Amino acid sequence: MEPLAVVTFIVFVALVLGLSFYFARRARSSAGYYAAGGRIHWSVNGVAFAGDYLSAASFLGICGMIATAGYDGFLYSIGYLAGWVVALFVVAEPMKRLGKYTFTDALDARFNSRGIQLAAAISTLVVSIFYLIPQMVGAGVLVTPLLGLPHHVGVILVGAIVITIVATAGMTSTTYVQFIKGGMLIVFSVILVIAVLTRGLSTNPDPGEGVPFRAPAVLSMSEEPGGAVLSDSAYAFAGRAESHGNTFVKLTRDGTVSWWFQRTAGADQAELVEAQYTAVTAGGERIVNGAPASSENTLRPVGNIQSLQGRQDSEVRTGPVGPFSFLSRIGDPQTRINLWKKEKFEDGRDQVTVFYPIPVEGNRVLRPGLKFKVDGSTTEKINFASLMLALFLGTASLPHILIRYYTVPSPEAARKSTIVAIAAIGFFYILTLYMGLGAMTGGVVNLLDDNMSAPLLARSFGTLLFAVISAIAFATVLGTVSGLIVAASGAVAHDFLDRFLGRGYTDHQKVAAGRIAAFSVGLVAIVLGILFKGMNVSFLVGWAFSVAASANLPAVVMLLFWKKTTSQGIVASIAMGTISALLIILLSPDMYERYGLDKASAPIPFGNPAIISVPISFLTLVLVSLLTRNQGNRNRPA
Amino acid sequence: MLHEPSARSSSDPAAGYKMRLGVWMFIPYAVVYAGFVLINLVKPVVMETTVIFGLNLAVAYGFGLIILALVMALIYNQFCVWKEHAVYRSRPSKEKE
Repeated sequence: MEPLAVVTFIVFVALVLGLSFYFARRARSSAGYYAAGGRIHWSVNGVAFAGDYLSAASFLGICGMIATAGYDGFLYSIGYLAGWVVALFVVAEPMKRLGKYTFTDALDARFNSRGIQLAAAISTLVVSIFYLIPQMVGAGVLVTPLLGLPHHVGVILVGAIVITIVATAGMTSTTYVQFIKGGMLIVFSVILVIAVLTRGLSTNPDPGEGVPFRAPAVLSMSEEPGGAVLSDSAYAFAGRAESHGNTFVKLTRDGTVSWWFQRTAGADQAELVEAQYTAVTAGGERIVNGAPASSENTLRPVGNIQSLQGRQDSEVRTGPVGPFSFLSRIGDPQTRINLWKKEKFEDGRDQVTVFYPIPVEGNRVLRPGLKFKVDGSTTEKINFASLMLALFLGTASLPHILIRYYTVPSPEAARKSTIVAIAAIGFFYILTLYMGLGAMTGGVVNLLDDNMSAPLLARSFGTLLFAVISAIAFATVLGTVSGLIVAASGAVAHDFLDRFLGRGYTDHQKVAAGRIAAFSVGLVAIVLGILFKGMNVSFLVGWAFSVAASANLPAVVMLLFWKKTTSQGIVASIAMGTISALLIILLSPDMYERYGLDKASAPIPFGNPAIISVPISFLTLVLVSLLTRNQGNRNRPA
Repeated sequence: MLHEPSARSSSDPAAGYKMRLGVWMFIPYAVVYAGFVLINLVKPVVMETTVIFGLNLAVAYGFGLIILALVMALIYNQFCVWKEHAVYRSRPSKEKE
C-alpha cells in the first residue's frame, strides 16, 4: 500500500461524497431526485453523459482487452460510440418529448397501460443489474493494487458509498459528480497517452516500481538416448504434459519447479519458452512459479515487444514517437508482440494453470481476430456480428443513459448534450487504443486480471499518476453505479410501486421508496460483483448492451415509427427480448465456464445474443400488434 | 399530473422535420458501420492494408467511424437549429420558448 495512493484516493472519495451531500439539499421533490428538476445545462449534461457512459467498462475493460487481445478490444470503443448515432438521430428528442422521469414513462406515454409499466420496469431493472455487475467487478480490481485490499472489500466499499450517495442525493448530485469525473477522466487519459508516446516503444519495457522487466527465457532441448538434454545445464528435465494439442515441459533448477512451453519441435530438437504458472496441490496449497503464493510472490507482469519492425536486439528504443508512427510501428508485419495464453491441466495430483507467451505479428494485433475469430467458423463470425449489432443498438436502449434526457429542460437541450457527449466520448475512445497498446507493450499486464491494465500502465510512469488515475477510475465506478441505481430504483419505486400498483404515494413517500429500492439494488449488485470476479468488464457490459437492445430498442423504435404498434405488442416485445437474450447468455460457453462446467458442453455455441434476440423482439412486436390492433389500444401519432 | 409525459415542449413544430432528418442521417451511418462489420466477416485480411499515415484499414476505419459520428452530429444539429429558428419566427410569440 502506497501512502500517496491512499491519500489521493481518500481525497477523491471525500470530494465526491461532499459534492453529493451539497446537492442533496436541492433534491427535496421526486422531480429533483429522479430528474434533477430538469434544470441541468446541456453542456454540463453532455459531459455528465460522458461521465455516465465512460464507465469501468470503457476505461478498465476496453484498455484491458486491447492490452491482451489487441484491436478486438477497440471494437468495443467503435461500437459504443456508434451507438450514440442511434441515440442522437433516432431516440434523443422523441424520448424527451414523451417522457417525464423514466424510460417507462416515455414508452407508456400514449397508452397508460399497466402491462407496459410492469414490463418496462422489469427490463430496466434487469439491464441495470447486468450493467452493474461489471462496474462492481471493476471496483474490486481497483482496490487490490491501490489499497492492498481484497476484491470483495472493494466491491462492498463501492456499494456502501454509492448507496449513501444515491439514497441521500439522487440525480442532481450524480449529474455533477459525473460531470467532474467525466472531465477529469479525459484530461488524465490525455496525460497518460502523451506519456506513452513520449516514452516510445522498446523491446525492454520499464514496468515501474524499480523492478526491471523480465522477458521470457528461451532454452533448447534435444532428445538424446540418455534422456532430454537442455542448453542450460542448470536445469533438469522433470516431466511433460499435453493439453489441447500443446506440449508443456516441467524443469527443475535448484529444486524449484518451472513450466516451459514447447514452441517448435524439430526431429530431435525443441525450443522451450519460459512460462509462468499457478498450481494447487492435493493438500490445497497454492504455488506460484515454484514457490508458495504470497503478497510478495505473485505472477510477474507481462507484455512486451519481442521484435520491433524486424529489429530483435535486446534493447531497441524508438524514443518519442508521434500518434500515427506509434500505431504504424506496432502494426508492422515485422513487429512481434508477446501475447499470453492460458492452459489448464493436471500434473499428478496438482491442478496446474500455465500462462505462456505467443509472439504475434503486429499486423494481426492491429486488426480484428485475436478474441473474436473473424477468420474462424461460421459460429464465430455470427458471434462477432452479434456483438457489433448489440453495441450499435444497445446505447440508445440503456435506461441510465435514457433518464439523462430528462435532466435537461428541452428536446433541443437533449440533442445538444448528446453532441457534447459524442465529442467527449469519441475523443476518449481514440485514446483507449493508445492506452491499451501502451499497456500491451509496456510490461504491466496482470495475467490473472486484464482489467487493471490502464492504471498499471500509469504506475509505470510513477505513483502520482497511478494514484490519480486509479482514484478517477474508482470515482468512475462510483458515478456509473450511482446513475444505474437511480435508474433501477426509479423502475421499482416510480414505475412499479407508484404507477403499476397505483399506491398513490405522496411526493415524500416516492423519494423514500426510491431510496429503499436503491439500497436493495445496491445489495444485489454487491453480491454479483463478488461472484463475477476476474471476467473482463467490457465483455460483461457487452451482455448488458445485448439485453438492452433486445428488450428496449424494438419497443422504442416501433413506438416512434409504426402507427399500428399496440400496448400488447410492446409488452410482448419487451418480454420476449429480455427472456431470449437472457436465455442465450445463460446457456453460452462463457457462462458454462463460470458455472465450473466445460465450455464445449454449452448448448448454445456463442455468447452474444443480439443477432437472434433483437429480431425475435421486433417480430414479436409486429405479430402481437397486428393480432391485437382491434382492441382499441393503438399507438396515436405524436 | 405525475402521470403525464413531460411534454410541455411537445408543441415543437419542428419535431416532424427533425425526426425525418434523423432517420435519413442514421441510414448512411448505419451503412458505413455495416460495411466495417462486413469487411471483417468476409475478408478480414483487407483490414491489414495500409491506407493513410501508415495506419492500416482497421485503425483508419475505426477512427473514421468515430470522427464521422461527430461530424454528422454537428451537421444534424445545424439543420435542426436552422429549422427551429425558421419555424419559431413564423409562429405566434406564445409558442416560443
